[in-house]
Amino acid sequence: MTMVPSVSSPPGTQAIQVENLCRHYRMGETLIRAVDGVSLGIHAGEFVALLGSSGSGKSSVLNLIAGLDRPTSGSVVVQDRDLAKLSREELAKYRLHVVGMVFQSFNLIASMTLAENVELPLRFAEVDRGQRSKLAREALERVGLRARMDHRPSELSGGEQQRAALARALINRPQLLLADEPTGNLDSHTGTEIMDMVRQFNRELGMTVVMVTHERALAERYAQRMIFLADGKLVDDRANDDRANDDRANNDRANTSAADSGKQGGQL
Amino acid sequence: MKIPDLTELALRNLRESLLRNSLTTVGISVGVASLVAMLSLGIGLQQLFSRRLAKSGLFDTVLVTSHRDMRAMGRERDDDRSGANPGESRVLDEAARVELERLPNVLEAYPDIRFSAELRYEDKPHLVMISALPESAKSNDAFDGMQGGFFSSDTASEVIVQKAFAEELLGNTPPRGSEEPNVADLAKPLLGKELTIHYAQRSVSPAAPSPPRADAANSDDNSLAGAAYSVVSREQKVKIVGVADLDPESMRGPTRARVFLPLKLAESLHVMQLTDLREVARAASDQPIYSSVSVRVKNPAQIQALEDAIKKMGFGTFSILDASRGLQQVFRVLYAFLGIFGSLALIVSSIGIVNTLVMAILERRREIGIMKAIGASDGDVKKLFFAEAGAMGILGGIIGVVLGWTIGQLINFGTNLWLKSQSVPPEHFWAVPWWLVALAIGFSFLVSLVSGLYPAGRAARLDPVQALRYE
Repeated sequence: MTMVPSVSSPPGTQAIQVENLCRHYRMGETLIRAVDGVSLGIHAGEFVALLGSSGSGKSSVLNLIAGLDRPTSGSVVVQDRDLAKLSREELAKYRLHVVGMVFQSFNLIASMTLAENVELPLRFAEVDRGQRSKLAREALERVGLRARMDHRPSELSGGEQQRAALARALINRPQLLLADEPTGNLDSHTGTEIMDMVRQFNRELGMTVVMVTHERALAERYAQRMIFLADGKLVDDRANDDRANDDRANNDRANTSAADSGKQGGQL
Repeated sequence: MKIPDLTELALRNLRESLLRNSLTTVGISVGVASLVAMLSLGIGLQQLFSRRLAKSGLFDTVLVTSHRDMRAMGRERDDDRSGANPGESRVLDEAARVELERLPNVLEAYPDIRFSAELRYEDKPHLVMISALPESAKSNDAFDGMQGGFFSSDTASEVIVQKAFAEELLGNTPPRGSEEPNVADLAKPLLGKELTIHYAQRSVSPAAPSPPRADAANSDDNSLAGAAYSVVSREQKVKIVGVADLDPESMRGPTRARVFLPLKLAESLHVMQLTDLREVARAASDQPIYSSVSVRVKNPAQIQALEDAIKKMGFGTFSILDASRGLQQVFRVLYAFLGIFGSLALIVSSIGIVNTLVMAILERRREIGIMKAIGASDGDVKKLFFAEAGAMGILGGIIGVVLGWTIGQLINFGTNLWLKSQSVPPEHFWAVPWWLVALAIGFSFLVSLVSGLYPAGRAARLDPVQALRYE
């Protein structure tokens, strides 16, 4: 594994640039415009919530940013990479090294222990065994699951599973954390626990977070910016004035990222 | 992904649906077992034949005849032509024999002395074909299970008789279909007994055309005479030293001998042979003319070169190689036949692999989606499915080889049990050489990989967004 210094770009630089993005597909006779001309820019280190009702296209936008899907037209540029122009192989590398994803349904592999789940991306990155288990232990330590690393996902609560999923998303030190309804399957207390953790990564590691949710309250509590989608179109994009301690949070982040930049490792 | 990781993940996935994958692997191993069983039977049979042929002493032997004989045996027109061109063929005399013996890689060259004679045992006459054996014939496996022993020397007045003739000597000709008598029982009353061979001797006559006359040494008066030689009736007393269980000249057909003499003794008898009538007219000397000479090579592999060299000398040749070439062809067909049959089961089981893996894709669709979402490339997914197919192939191959080998041993054991009950010596006609083990496992691996092609490709092409949506 090649370790490169800090992943965090200076705050304010554009991490994600979405330009006139369209994702259409056919379902029988009807053409479905899941994403229909969305343009937006997200700064590095920003915590953005994509809001909208189901079918609004928010998940489709997230999948396009994640490189899981390809746009019908328009472009997604993430740190100077035009995703539409990447080959399948390059796109897989991008997902491996640049993006960390968490899902509503956790998506841990049931047949693997937590440690094995968390280190799976490192297998694809061809990191050797010793390094792999060390990093997996560290990542599980960070989410407070070190003691349960040899358990299978089914033996854990929903909150614990989502924490493991977060550890997996972080293992390759990505710049981008993409979360698709991360609290959708959790009770509000556990949901808060997870969101606190996401916010912590956003602040301490300087990760850019894009979270899809339909819960406005959750977005208002954690996101710096809220983008509203309806019928595949962007309807509102505004800074979150309600976010508590926002200034303090920004200060914290500036301090920690300066302090961390020496020891933080990332990978590309 | 690295190969150890792939192997580990593949084995883990195989363990996850243990029953299904075990059944598939059993399917492969049955296929491999049938392939191994079939081919090892073929190989074993061929080895058995080769062993038999090599030990029979015929495999490393070239039979040399004069050209004229060969042609006379077949086509008469050719004979006429060669009669017009006598220079074409050579006389097979002692000088020729020495020349043959000096050819490279030749172990020995000895004349085939073969004659029919009247043999008296306890005053009863028996007409029999007699042939001479060189000392080297001792190792010939036709004398396996012989009672008594081989000739004490190459000039000893001793004979070995074949079992069937031994029966004739004892005067018991059992009805057809009855059990064959034990050679030891036949040998007991015969070993050490004396026989008298009455034969025709070719006598040296100094003047070419001479009137018929009686030889001074001749005890009988019924001598015959020809243009350049005379024939006298002689007798030779011999002792029976051995009774051969098998038929040493079974390949010879109707001219096969039942009684065997040491070669030097036979030479000293100057027995009148069939070819003499013709050859003596051409030969200017009183040297014996041989109807044929057997030339033994050091290594059967050199037999072809030797045959070519002998043909260049102007003789006709025949070797069992000519016959075995046909046999090799037969074995090649047998191999192909057995191989196809054996492979059929493996091909059927490869469909099982395809089925299992396609099922696995459907079941693990979500897992594939997850792996892709967290950074697995198409290649990683493809390799993982290949690894699973390959692991089943290798595993099935190993189990199959063991299974095939066991089946082979069981059949071998059973057959030998049956052979024993028929009082035939046991035979090892089942061979699993190392290359067959490697070939079987390799072939199984290859077939599995080919079977994995389609499922792996399909898994790799899976759209992650759809796969993740799949519950």
